[in-house]
Amino acid sequence: MTEHSAHPLVQLTLARIREFLREPEAVFWAFVFPIVMSLALALAFPSEATRDVLVGLEPGPASQGLRATLEASKGITVREIRPEDERRALREGTVNVVVVPTTPPTYRFDPARGESQLARAVVDDALQRAAGRTDQWTAREEPQQVAGSRYIDWFIPGLIGMGLMTNGMWGIAFGIVQARMRKLLKRMVASPMKKSQYLLAQLLARLLFLPAEVLVPLVFAMVAFGMPVNGNPLTIAIVVLAGAFSFGAFGLLMAARVRTIEAISGLMNLAMLPMWIVSGVFFSSSNFPDAIQPVIQVLPLTALIDALRAVILDGASLGAIRSDLAVLGVWGIVPFFAALRLFSWK
Amino acid sequence: MSEFAVKCERLRKAYGPVVAVADVSLSVRRGECFGLLGPNGAGKTTTIEILEGLLSADAGDIEVLGLRWSHHAEELRQRLGIQLQETQLPDKLTVEETLRLFRSFYANGRTIEELLQIVGLEGKRASRVGKLSGGQKQRLSLASALAGNPDLLFLDEPTTGLDPQSRRQLWMLLEQFRERGGTILMTTHYMEEAEYLCDRVAVVDHGKIIAEGVPQELIARLGEPRVITHHGTLEDVFMSLTGRHLRDD
Repeated sequence: MTEHSAHPLVQLTLARIREFLREPEAVFWAFVFPIVMSLALALAFPSEATRDVLVGLEPGPASQGLRATLEASKGITVREIRPEDERRALREGTVNVVVVPTTPPTYRFDPARGESQLARAVVDDALQRAAGRTDQWTAREEPQQVAGSRYIDWFIPGLIGMGLMTNGMWGIAFGIVQARMRKLLKRMVASPMKKSQYLLAQLLARLLFLPAEVLVPLVFAMVAFGMPVNGNPLTIAIVVLAGAFSFGAFGLLMAARVRTIEAISGLMNLAMLPMWIVSGVFFSSSNFPDAIQPVIQVLPLTALIDALRAVILDGASLGAIRSDLAVLGVWGIVPFFAALRLFSWK
Repeated sequence: MSEFAVKCERLRKAYGPVVAVADVSLSVRRGECFGLLGPNGAGKTTTIEILEGLLSADAGDIEVLGLRWSHHAEELRQRLGIQLQETQLPDKLTVEETLRLFRSFYANGRTIEELLQIVGLEGKRASRVGKLSGGQKQRLSLASALAGNPDLLFLDEPTTGLDPQSRRQLWMLLEQFRERGGTILMTTHYMEEAEYLCDRVAVVDHGKIIAEGVPQELIARLGEPRVITHHGTLEDVFMSLTGRHLRDD
């Protein structure tokens, strides 16, 4: 007599899901961290673009005339900065430019910073005009708030992509390395368990977490920041699946032989850290020199984030992102088969 | 059907220049409890893992339940129960979830209720594995080895690290398994364990079997006790064969 016993694939997948959900840290990183991160960045980069430029003036009667002129101009906030604090203030962004009351005035600013450049131009404009410059004409301005063009809108798809990478690689690799370390893999293959089912269960468990992993930050951004989602949900789902598969396979490859948590942590950081920086999570990858662009563009995270932004923000079709999907496909298939060949159960 | 549950001839396994198993031949009869006895590093674990089909031998001939690993691996996996020396079951799963997981791998076997009852963990079914005592973990490990209702049980140092009471408890469970007709092949470096449980033992040292037989006979073969003030034990057998103590501790 045997009782009804669930399918091993179901039991293996359940075991993986239970292990994950009973690890509070893992749940935090997967679901809470993206929200904390987007809140923090929304605070640091407010959506209203009409921010004043910050101008530093040294206190005292010499700056009196300048102060009056600048304070009367639109879009300028004046702050008193003593000469000895000047460098620090510029570095920290407390002021974007310092105006020294010489004749003509001297501007101290950092030309490498966009906001510093802007502040110099705004200040110069205001002072020239006050000094009697007559403009040839005044352009008509049509300020636009294009939905989806704010930093937070741009950032959320990057955050989702980063989450898919981190959770995908850790989610697969950590459990496997831990099971190998605890000789559990060896114990499992001493039973009639099918190896393919064990590996499939790891991928299935990942698959079941995906909806929450993507929807939590996406819905949060829609509700909290009014982020527009212009893409077709099915297209978004396909991109997410391609990304998850790619990073899952990559994680599987990393975990194929490693026997300690320290070693897998090192490998993971080695693989993920460069992509966090160059793949355009926090700032556009186009900031990097043209010479290394070919490398950046074939990284899986670059492809995933490009595709997510195109689909979510611009409503791009599958056809428009096919090169990104191809990159993800290659990064999924090659590591997957390499992992199967290399995998050690001992 | 072969009268032997396990039969191996001239087993050999080397890791580079290190010979783990030099030359081991042994046969375990059906229904018997057979012990591989020896100090750490003697080659016991390598031998049992080769017989379990987890390691391949460099040379030698192996038959388990009349079958061969090269041809009948799947059937053998279904019919064997295996407990490894260092397995740590997942801490985050409960006792019952762990048993369900292992039970799902077998086409036929015992119910979860039976398994819990056999190892006396009914009251712990909802406890996380990480919260169990050493003895309870070892009983759970035994239960997962019994999930497929095996004919033959391989145990690698099943009571190492357990307190005397937990050890006794596990011995009783193994006796019950034998009373139901099961065969056991186990390794141990505890003399009293081998004397208590095993019908026959093979003393292994440096990858070779240096003595084999019924524990009492091996002890009797010692002849006149030399420095022995207590009654003879397998410890004395080992000492007289090698001039060393079985355990360093």
